[in-house]
Amino acid sequence: MSTLTAPARPAPRLRTPRHHSVARPRRSPLLTVLTAVVLVYSLVPLAWLLINATKTQEDLFSSFGLWFGDSFSLWDNIVTTLTYDDGVFVRWFGNTVLYVVVGAGGATFLAILGGYALAKFDFPGKRGVFALVIGAVAVPGTALAVPTFLMFSQLGLTNTPWAVIIPSLISPFGLYLMWTFAAEAIPGELLEAARIDGAGEFRTFFRVSLPLLAPGIVTVLLFTMVATWNNYFLPLIMLRDSSWYPLTLGLNAWNAQAATAGGEAIFNLVITGALLTILPLVAAFLLLQRYWQSGLAAGSVKE
Amino acid sequence: MNARSRHLARGTALAGVLALGLAACGSGDDGGSGGGDAAPVDTAAVLEKGGEITVWAWEPTLEQVVTDFEKKYPNVTVNLENVGTGNDQYTALQNAISAGDGVPDVAQVEYYAVPQFAISEALTNLGPLGADDLDGTFSTGPWSSVHSGDGVYGLPMDSGPMALFYNEDVFEKYGVDVPTTWDEYLEAARTIHEKDPKAYIANDIGDAGFTTSMIWQAGGHPYQVDGTDVTIDFAGDQGTQKFADVWQQLIDEDLLAPVGSWSDEWYQGLGNGTIATLTIGAWMPANLESGVPQGKGKWRVAEMPQWEAGQHATSENGGSSLTVPAASTNAELAYAFVDYATNGDGVQARLDGGAFPATTADLESDEFRSAESEYFGGQKINEVLADSAANVVEGWQYLPFQVYANSIFNDTVGQAYVSGTTLTDGLAKWQEQSATYGNGQGFTVNK
Repeated sequence: MSTLTAPARPAPRLRTPRHHSVARPRRSPLLTVLTAVVLVYSLVPLAWLLINATKTQEDLFSSFGLWFGDSFSLWDNIVTTLTYDDGVFVRWFGNTVLYVVVGAGGATFLAILGGYALAKFDFPGKRGVFALVIGAVAVPGTALAVPTFLMFSQLGLTNTPWAVIIPSLISPFGLYLMWTFAAEAIPGELLEAARIDGAGEFRTFFRVSLPLLAPGIVTVLLFTMVATWNNYFLPLIMLRDSSWYPLTLGLNAWNAQAATAGGEAIFNLVITGALLTILPLVAAFLLLQRYWQSGLAAGSVKE
Repeated sequence: MNARSRHLARGTALAGVLALGLAACGSGDDGGSGGGDAAPVDTAAVLEKGGEITVWAWEPTLEQVVTDFEKKYPNVTVNLENVGTGNDQYTALQNAISAGDGVPDVAQVEYYAVPQFAISEALTNLGPLGADDLDGTFSTGPWSSVHSGDGVYGLPMDSGPMALFYNEDVFEKYGVDVPTTWDEYLEAARTIHEKDPKAYIANDIGDAGFTTSMIWQAGGHPYQVDGTDVTIDFAGDQGTQKFADVWQQLIDEDLLAPVGSWSDEWYQGLGNGTIATLTIGAWMPANLESGVPQGKGKWRVAEMPQWEAGQHATSENGGSSLTVPAASTNAELAYAFVDYATNGDGVQARLDGGAFPATTADLESDEFRSAESEYFGGQKINEVLADSAANVVEGWQYLPFQVYANSIFNDTVGQAYVSGTTLTDGLAKWQEQSATYGNGQGFTVNK
């Protein structure tokens, strides 16, 4: 349809002529509908969360789930969430930030170092490492949680923040991603040139390679951040002391109160707490997405 | 399933080893007590000496108990940790015992789970520490629940004698009498649902604890445990058949709300009259007050409906004990705390917090019985509930692997609520799978 307006210009080009430029993509009703369905599917839970965070507990039970209730108590809910049980939510929030900064930050750092080395240096056993990393990607972290627990209790590390941070430092997927990214993004000639100019390996890495890796780093950082932020099973079996809980465990504990004899049901706080929990992730994605997009597209076009 | 069973098996073995090791240590330490067995704990001296203990419990009223306890005994530090409710905590406890590290000094364990931990020697026998002298202190249901073999493996913290909680508004609106027998209950269910298709007499999507309690009340003994010899028999058990007969009709006629207990929908139904009754343990009032504020003034309590008119039989539903894991390195201090919380000053603090007692002195006291509940329209609910505690049918036994059995309830019996299978078929499947598991754990089940 859009081809009607395109002037027929049989200019000889190297690539096959494309009638549908990026600016005027061909519209497919089917794809539009599919995208819309996916969009609604991912946004409805968010909308539900946002709407229900404005309700009191009574309204939660008596009003329609996808629309606002009689009251608007978002502010009250937030204040109560932050102060309930001597402000334990704030503590959990701080714990999660700690686990993310040290755990996900460390995982990203290690992935960069490892990925770069695997992509740009030759050493014996490289194929073996490759097989190991690919194999490790296939093993879900959940399956390793119990053996890790037994190992950590031998070391006397359970019920400490280290029990959550140390396993988070390892991200086989991040390593694999950095590896392939570094192989593509850093031309070998560039490294040659730097070395010929007399730069040491550290200088080459920090001054030449690191800037080129930036989009990949952001990608890995986002992945590990989300994984650590949402980590549930590992802290669940490692931590006993609720003052070291991350938000995921804390919210679950609040939720369980409703199912406890003599417990106080606080569904409104669980919902508001969940909303507060996802805000930093949403912010991180919005702030970092441009780097991410350029990262995904990097190397696809020769300039 | 496999991973878990192996895991439990190893936990059992390790716990046994740990228990032996500790027994050896204990006899070395108190040279004077002779025979190596612990003597009754001189709680006053132990508390004066002080120390630090870790308590794993999810019971909310224990926070106040710990505060009071530390104030009264300044040399003692109690770390109260909520490791999860029920199953979550049992998994953590089993993990800690397997790892031999981080095992608490005191753990809350529900009555149905006590045999499982007791028989795997994961718990300290509190009898020699002083519990043997406590006969008559606790009501019979909970007191027999903490016994396994000759040992006492916990002190009852609360109890859940069952009663019928009902929304009086609903019954008045539809002109239905409060049922006193299960046959009347079935009739009431039909009338209520007929007059308002949105309203149900109860919610049930399959609940292991509820089902076993109902069979218990009906006089059933589907589980027979003698050491490691276990018999599971639902088909030949009269109590089970009585329950299955009535409940199958409720299911077939769609008279049960398809809502899981403890969900937000459940709280909603309890508040807006679409779930008209709850047959549940006596600890429920505190949950109604905090979770169903809209129900204030509407709910009442009556005796549990009977299987035969004129009887007064009840059973226990839920409730938990405080136990001392065998791996605790400070069992005497742990026992002193357990004693304080379940039998000492802690009881009053817990009653003030809305808990239902297991202590006969409180159940029989005028002050307790005559308390009028504002939420229940001024009704003296404790009279009904305490009477229920006195009428619990004796002789019920849980499996020594009930935690596992309950975890597969919804895959077996629960199917009767959602598909064409009958309760009887579901129970047969539950029996079969429980027996297989039990045999794999070293018990002799149905052989």
